[in-house]
Amino acid sequence: MDHNTPILAVDDLTISYRVGRRWLRAVHDIHLRVQAGEIVGLVGESGSGKSTVATGVMRFLPPNGRIEPGSRIALLGDELAGRSRREMQRVWGARMAFVPQNPATALNPSLKVGEQIAEIVRHHQGLDRRAARAQAVAALRRVNLADAARLANRYPHELSGGMQQRVAIAMALSTSPQLLVLDEPTTSLDVTTEAVILDLIRTLIAEEGAGAIYVTHNLGVVAQLCNRVTVLYAGEIMEEAPVRALFERPLHPYTIGLIQSMPRLGQTKDRATLPTIPGLPPPLAEMPAGCVFEPRCPLAIPICRTKPPLDAPDGERRVRCHRWGEIARGEVTLQTSVEDGVEAPAGSRPGLLRVDGLTKHFPVRRSLKQILRGTRPRPVRAVDGVNLSIQRGKTLGLVGESGSGKTTLARVIIGLEERTAGTITLLGADVSGTVRDRARETLAQLQMVFQNPQDSLNPYLTVGQALSRPLIRLAGMSREQAAAEARRLLEAVNLSADYAHRYPGELSGGEKQRVAIARAFASNPALILCDEPVSSLDVSVQAAVLNLLARLQAERDTSYLFISHDLAVVGYLADYLAVMYLGELFEVGYAAELFHPPYHPYTEALISAIPQPDPDRPTTRVRLTDDIPSPRNIPTGCRFHTRCPRKIGAICETEAPPWRDGGDEHYIKCHIPLDELAALQRGVAVDDGA
Amino acid sequence: MTHSALSRVRPARFSRGAGSIGRFLIALLRSPQSAAGTVIVLFFLALALFGAQIAPYRANDQSNPPRHPPTAAPLERLRRVWDDPGRLFETETYRPGPYPFGTDTLGRDVFSRVILGTSSIFRVAGFGTLIAVVIGTFLGLFAGYQGGLVDEIITRVFDALLAMPALLLALVILGIIRNVETEPGSFQAALADNAVLLVIALVYVPIVARVVRSSTLEVKTRAFVQAAQIRGESWGYILFREIFPSVIPALVVEASLRFSYAIFLVASLGFLGVAARPPSPDWGLMVNENRGGYYQLAPWALEYPAAAIALLVIGVNLMSDGIRRAVQRSE
Repeated sequence: MDHNTPILAVDDLTISYRVGRRWLRAVHDIHLRVQAGEIVGLVGESGSGKSTVATGVMRFLPPNGRIEPGSRIALLGDELAGRSRREMQRVWGARMAFVPQNPATALNPSLKVGEQIAEIVRHHQGLDRRAARAQAVAALRRVNLADAARLANRYPHELSGGMQQRVAIAMALSTSPQLLVLDEPTTSLDVTTEAVILDLIRTLIAEEGAGAIYVTHNLGVVAQLCNRVTVLYAGEIMEEAPVRALFERPLHPYTIGLIQSMPRLGQTKDRATLPTIPGLPPPLAEMPAGCVFEPRCPLAIPICRTKPPLDAPDGERRVRCHRWGEIARGEVTLQTSVEDGVEAPAGSRPGLLRVDGLTKHFPVRRSLKQILRGTRPRPVRAVDGVNLSIQRGKTLGLVGESGSGKTTLARVIIGLEERTAGTITLLGADVSGTVRDRARETLAQLQMVFQNPQDSLNPYLTVGQALSRPLIRLAGMSREQAAAEARRLLEAVNLSADYAHRYPGELSGGEKQRVAIARAFASNPALILCDEPVSSLDVSVQAAVLNLLARLQAERDTSYLFISHDLAVVGYLADYLAVMYLGELFEVGYAAELFHPPYHPYTEALISAIPQPDPDRPTTRVRLTDDIPSPRNIPTGCRFHTRCPRKIGAICETEAPPWRDGGDEHYIKCHIPLDELAALQRGVAVDDGA
Repeated sequence: MTHSALSRVRPARFSRGAGSIGRFLIALLRSPQSAAGTVIVLFFLALALFGAQIAPYRANDQSNPPRHPPTAAPLERLRRVWDDPGRLFETETYRPGPYPFGTDTLGRDVFSRVILGTSSIFRVAGFGTLIAVVIGTFLGLFAGYQGGLVDEIITRVFDALLAMPALLLALVILGIIRNVETEPGSFQAALADNAVLLVIALVYVPIVARVVRSSTLEVKTRAFVQAAQIRGESWGYILFREIFPSVIPALVVEASLRFSYAIFLVASLGFLGVAARPPSPDWGLMVNENRGGYYQLAPWALEYPAAAIALLVIGVNLMSDGIRRAVQRSE
């Protein structure tokens, strides 16, 4: 093989989709080079066309998509663009492989995983059954799955999400393909699992000498994993550069906006608002004639209404902007709309919510055997004796992996679930039972913002109807008053008042979440429970929603219980943090303190798993390789001992750890004395990124 | 990703308002099959509404002699033109005679009786389906939302009803009702007169309820329903304001399907002689009356009502197929 031939060379790639009777251009004029052993990141927000490019390169477009003539896709010099489907079938799996976003739907549920991998090997390499099986087990071993031989006999549903994704990667690599296309393979996974998968991809690509395209919306992942990055917006390349150059000296205003709008660890709401990119990406049917980013660009000047060429500032990078020269020389800087941070009320405030010994066990149905024997199954211990308190106007951030009981805790507090034990006190009064038992005054004080904006608004009610209802019911307004107040609420969440007549189907994800936030604020509650409210939003939209939440809190003196798996997001908004694992809290303290040692080994693992958007700061060494245990089968002693990287011995397995006081309201539940813990962790300290 | 980008160029989703109904109709008439089905159904609906004005005779007017052959059958006309091609241009060939579909063995005009039978089949099948949809929707919403023991009881009862074939169940119930003596003009008599309609409703309630229940189960886990619970809304508000609109698409499809089965069931019951009583112009009954020995003498008296049943059932089926596709498209 000639060393100068890139694994993949894509030139002038244009892809269209048929919508109704028209063909709309989804991506345009894409150029990509992937060298052996290189991971190229394809970054962009939803609708940027990054998945279209990935599936187009694979020649795997849906029936209504087509690659326009003139596009060139060369895999090691072999042209793929004109090939028939039959010819592609020899390429798929053997020479280029695909790792999808959701492994659960990509694996065949009725075949054992070993069988699925062996089938590919048999098909492409003509091995016999036994040899193929041996190779399948070897492939599983290579992705660090312990006990690969036994695992090969399992069905996909018996594996956790992280294990399924590792199986999908093993499957993709089983035939030693030259090109691997990964479409957001870690988006649906926990940060801790994501970190392990990213490590794995990095070493495997380096070992195999294959090329890889990694599609993602997460700049942190790109910084940690990729060698080169291509930034897409509205189907066009905005900028392409080696990863370090891109993060150190971005040349395109869009790239600059994206990087700035991502909250960093240690950034807080009282310092400054997060920079945002106003506006929305253009719909396919209404692409601007000039620069596609011009309508949202803070640096737009009249020349931007003409199409900028894809310039090459040096041999390594490309940028599509009329003003990149001025940006590079520092003649213009991006005037992002950064304002002063919100003025958070300082010091201790009166308590608002107190939760004592809150427990929620979900009963499990008895099996016939258990009925006959008269035994009862162990319940699912989702929340197990949680104490916490929130002060007026403050935010308590709650972090933990999925399965740690965060959402259940919120649902019990709001009254959507019956509690097993414990008391909840709001404003000094006991809050009992579920929503059905609570007085209207209590309901008005407690509201919630849900995770998925697509789901949280009724598609058949207008925005105005959705907002007036809580005003009429909980605030006791008349219909006319409520309609007027709904308009004021819309303006408070930075939407124009005429949104009141729209249906949710006409709104973007970020706009829907703003309406959901407005609805939560309608009854003027004292406490709002936010369950991952920004996790499904794009980075630039997420920044705007976080700014909004911070501003509304300061204006209305509302408290938040803010649940998230993203420590940087929680760190930005929260005053206090609580870390939850398997139904128990393991660490509580001031948000600012929690990112400095000593922290609980679990918190340490969570922090070091975050992919930092900074290639010079590689993620640190603590990794949780196992999966979170089932809440039906909670480990004895310290619940974290099965995965703890700092386990000290038998005491962790037999005795529940004590709460240790780190001073200044910082508490850690661990057997290791705090000064020892701090000494152990000093080497991996995370500075506050100011 | 591609999907979100594409969705913004598509027209906004099917929601309430006149515009969306217009879009729904356009989607319905898009394919030739469903357009044909809709035209057929509308044609029969017009016959049902204005049949008395269109029919040349009353249901029981008799000709003399009986078993007059059809005077306007397309085949008859073809035969005439075949015999003498010159008649192709004579208007006389196309003018129907006094009995377009012939007369039956009692001399009654089949054409008029088919037209007059339309209204009863629409009334019984239509209102029967409507009642089934209303009750089934209510029970399905309630069982699905409430869950627990209430749901368990309702669904088990429905499962038991569904275990019996619809026709058999209808026969048994009608058999019982028919044997009850009623005073003319009393409530019981009114019930007995509409027995078939009520039986249709009863047979289809479980099926409609099951469809509505499964949609409800899916919708009730969505966050907007929980947001309503957090506001302390009553269950009636949550069921009808929050959940019901999302159930409508599935319900419309199911209702149109039920209607086509109901027509078939009414015709079957008529044929078996447990629905309409002679001499009423019921299609199923007409098929029954003219089978056996009379079929040799006056085949047209059986064939035209049978064709009417087939045409209407096919029409409703094609239309409901179109409705299903139109609903999916707008989803």
